[in-house]
Amino acid sequence: MSTPFYVSPQQAMADRAEYARKGIARGRSLVVLQYADGIVFVGENPSRALHKFSEIYDRIGFAAAGKYNEYENLRIGGVRYADLRGYTYDRDDVTARGLANVYAQTLGTIFSSQAEKPYEVELVVAEVGDGPESDQIYRLPHDGSIVDEHGSVAVGGNAEQISGYLDQRHRDGMTLAEALKLAVQALSRDTNGSEREIPAERLEVAVLDRTRPQQRKFKRIVGAQLSRLLDSGASAGAGDSAGSEADDTDAGADE
Amino acid sequence: MDFLGEHQPEMLPGNRQLPPVQGVIEAPHGTTIVAVTFPGGVVLAGDRRATMGNMIAQRDIEKVFPADEYSAVGIAGTAGLAVEMVKLFQLELEHFEKVEGAQLSLEGKANRLSTMIRSNLGMAMQGLAVVPLFAGYDVDRGTGRIFSYDVTGGRSEERNYATTGSGSVFARGAMKKLFRDDLTEEQATTLVVQALYDAADDDSATGGPDVARRIYPIITVITEDGFRRLGEDESAELARSVLERRLEQPDGPRAALL
Repeated sequence: MSTPFYVSPQQAMADRAEYARKGIARGRSLVVLQYADGIVFVGENPSRALHKFSEIYDRIGFAAAGKYNEYENLRIGGVRYADLRGYTYDRDDVTARGLANVYAQTLGTIFSSQAEKPYEVELVVAEVGDGPESDQIYRLPHDGSIVDEHGSVAVGGNAEQISGYLDQRHRDGMTLAEALKLAVQALSRDTNGSEREIPAERLEVAVLDRTRPQQRKFKRIVGAQLSRLLDSGASAGAGDSAGSEADDTDAGADE
Repeated sequence: MDFLGEHQPEMLPGNRQLPPVQGVIEAPHGTTIVAVTFPGGVVLAGDRRATMGNMIAQRDIEKVFPADEYSAVGIAGTAGLAVEMVKLFQLELEHFEKVEGAQLSLEGKANRLSTMIRSNLGMAMQGLAVVPLFAGYDVDRGTGRIFSYDVTGGRSEERNYATTGSGSVFARGAMKKLFRDDLTEEQATTLVVQALYDAADDDSATGGPDVARRIYPIITVITEDGFRRLGEDESAELARSVLERRLEQPDGPRAALL
């Protein structure tokens, strides 16, 4: 019988983390921002059918970067968890904190289990409150830890660079158009600092809007509404940066 | 629901063991629900009374619920079971929509409700029947549609108008005489109030508009813009105007003889 090679636990974990990080970095990044009336999700997604953002429950939204089949799995699990909770107890008893905990447990277990490969996903769970101060945004990296975020968060590819950019420019009480414009600017910056254009049809945008009269606050922004918002964001922030302004108007004209 | 059935079957209404009982179990019953289509949508309304035997169990019960954005369900029969059924139905539609990313077709929703009623057949045999009326706006066809059910889950699509519950016979008579193809939304809502008034007039289990306590029928409208429940003021005004006319003409508007 051959003896297996000895691999130190530190080394094994580092390898797994490296593997997951590489997988996530291959995907396009996405950003989640707070604005005056809620939380906006913006990402670059060429596909119309495979969503990166989706509704979990009344006030809770979900965003994921990484491998589609893995985060879709987690998303459906989350919807089940939330619906079962809401049915058994009350709609108010479904919270982002509870959901983030469940996700953290799942991701953590998978990450440290030797039998499975770690999930190559990074999630964001966001809950919109009655006011901006009660909004909650949680980021869940591949290893099952939870990071409580405020203002803005970026996950995926060059997340660090994007979140650095966002941290500098994001402020409280932005309008939706302003937040959207900032998000698109952040996403269109390449690793080497140059900018590229993201046309409106490659953008996936969704909001958790606390002013919505319905119980379910999640809403996708598509088509004409999206280009209108991009246009108004471009004119509101005129003179900010000529390059990205042209980018926005172009994107709007495409629709 | 399938997921619930696998993981926590005791949560599903159909899976509970019934204690053996003699005779009829006394539980609050909801009474009359009416629905009418008009070009561009459908109106679903219900009175506010729940009865237990010959007693009024509740004066302000709500028996019309939104199922999702484009459909609503009104319930007659055992109130407790019916409300639970609606809750589960709402959950299922929402769950499907979130997981699949698309809404069920109206036909699909109607079929699903049919299955749920059938699973309650055991209870129905003991006198705890639930007989809902399902109305919705068919986004594909661009019309309002109504589905009625029997206790065994038999589903049938109704044309123009439908009623269910103990006062349904009288309400149906009223609707038959008042219905026209070209109703506006406002006329359609007036029509359902008239029908409910007639039901309350002849059926002791159906409640009429209660002016003293300010309890008026629940009226919901589903159109292209989605589900809308008329506000307290709107339904109060409708009920009052119908009531006022009835003070002069107790039997309501008269249809032409020929």
